[in-house]
Formats: sequence, structure tokens, C-alpha cells
Amino acid sequence: MATGKASRGLARFALLVALAMVLSWLESMVPLSLAVPGVKMGLANLVVIFALYNLGPRQAAVISLVRVLLVTFTFGNAFSFAYSLAGAALSLLVMLLLRKTGKFSLLGVSIAGGVCHNIGQILVAMAVLGTTDLIWYLPALLVAGTVAGVCIGAAGALITARVKL
Amino acid sequence: MKGHRNDWLLAVGVLVLAAALWFLLRPGGEGGWVVVTVDGTEVGRYALEEERTVTIGEEDYNVLEITGGRAAVTEANCGDHTCVHTGWISREGETIVCLPHRLVVRIEGASGGLDAVAR
Ligand SMILES: [Zn+2]
Repeated sequence: MATGKASRGLARFALLVALAMVLSWLESMVPLSLAVPGVKMGLANLVVIFALYNLGPRQAAVISLVRVLLVTFTFGNAFSFAYSLAGAALSLLVMLLLRKTGKFSLLGVSIAGGVCHNIGQILVAMAVLGTTDLIWYLPALLVAGTVAGVCIGAAGALITARVKL
Repeated sequence: MKGHRNDWLLAVGVLVLAAALWFLLRPGGEGGWVVVTVDGTEVGRYALEEERTVTIGEEDYNVLEITGGRAAVTEANCGDHTCVHTGWISREGETIVCLPHRLVVRIEGASGGLDAVAR
């Protein structure tokens, strides 16, 4: 049944967006970003990675964008929108490209995603603040992004192996 | 899982880059001046030796405290309080950032301020 399939797809999509929202919310509860502005684990990337490997690039992109929009309406403002959109977009773009090369597994793609998530955010922050001083935070952001990428990649690989949509 | 080796090479590559950048960008020598910018415009420049407490902004405020040759944002009404958590800075190049208020507090070297005055 075509309609059954479509509504199942929509339900699955809504479920993943909801999951991404919960992860974003959890992340805002636990400020890991003590001394470095804007360092977030990017926990929601777990959902984007999962979607990328199980549903394809287009679904992953839509889920990522919808999550950014919903998080902005719920917790954010225009500035945090630019900030999280840049992180999400750069991360997604690099993950897509890296996955296409076929030279990396999910783990490597996740690491690149985590790192680019932080780079995208700091670039927007530099543009908004009109200063390059923030470059000082880049080393910490690179390390944080790598650690987050490894954790999320490991979890994502586990889930992808066990959960069949 | 295929491609595992490349994954770890990527991780190590990023960490090496981080270490190199940290080495290049690490804070320099003695600081002399505390420079405050909001939206990229300088709004204040204070000597690091002089004790003082300034409140920057009104509705969106950050309290900057300079004492004992160090500076910190000790109070703010921004959402995340990253600026307050950053703590004390004193070395040239160190910064405190408050993203919600677009505020940057940066330490400049002792000579930078004098040059600025001379010009
Ligand atoms: Zn602040």
C-alpha cells in the first residue's frame, strides 16, 4: 500500500526529528562548554548520521534542517540560529563528501562531522563578533569535535548494526 | 568495519593539527591592557595594573573586574554564562567571549597600549 508506506515514512521521520530535539535539549541541560564559547557535543548528530547511513543524504539533510529550525523556535534566537545552522550545514556537507569517497567508515565520517560542526560555529561567531580572536579557541574545538565524533560514531555504528528500519 | 584505519588516521591528523595550532596560538607574554569590544567596536581600554570594576552595557550587561593584574567577567545576565566561567585572564592574547552579548575582552601586550597612545 502506497499510503501505508508514505505514512510509515513520515512517522519514522517525525520520530527521528523528535529524537534529535531531545538530544539537543539534553545537551543544553549539560553545559560542557564551560570555558570555550559554543562548544557543544553535537549529540543530535547521532540522529543525522543514523539517517545518512540508513535513509540516505536527502532525509539526513531535511532532518538536520528541521532540527535546527525547531531548536531555534524552542530555545534560541536569530543569532543562535545562524550559529547552529552553520555548524549543522558544514558538518553535513563534509560528512556527505567524505562518505562519498568510500575511504572512511561511519566512524571517520562522524569524526569529520563533529570537527566541522565546531568549526562552522566558530566561523559564524567570528563573523558576528567581528574579530579573529576566537581562533584562539580552535585547538580546543578541534579536540572536542574529535572526541564527540568518536563517541557518536561508535554509538551510531552500534545502532546502525542493530536497528533495522 | 571497513576503512577503520583511515578513520583513526583522520582523528590523529585533527589532533596533531590542534596541537600545532595550540603551540602557535598559545598566549604570549605579560599582558598590559584589557581591551573590550562589542560587535567588533572597541568600547573600552583599561590598564591591567589598575584595580577597577566596570559594567558594560545596560540591559545586556557584563561586569568586568580588573584586580591584581588579572581580568574576569564576574557577573553577566547572558543565558550561558560562558564568559563568567572562563575565569581570570592575564596573558597577552587571552580572551573572554560572551557570544549572546557579542562581547570580547582581550588582553593586549604592554607595548600595544603605549603605541596606541603615542599615535
Ligand atoms: Zn556571557
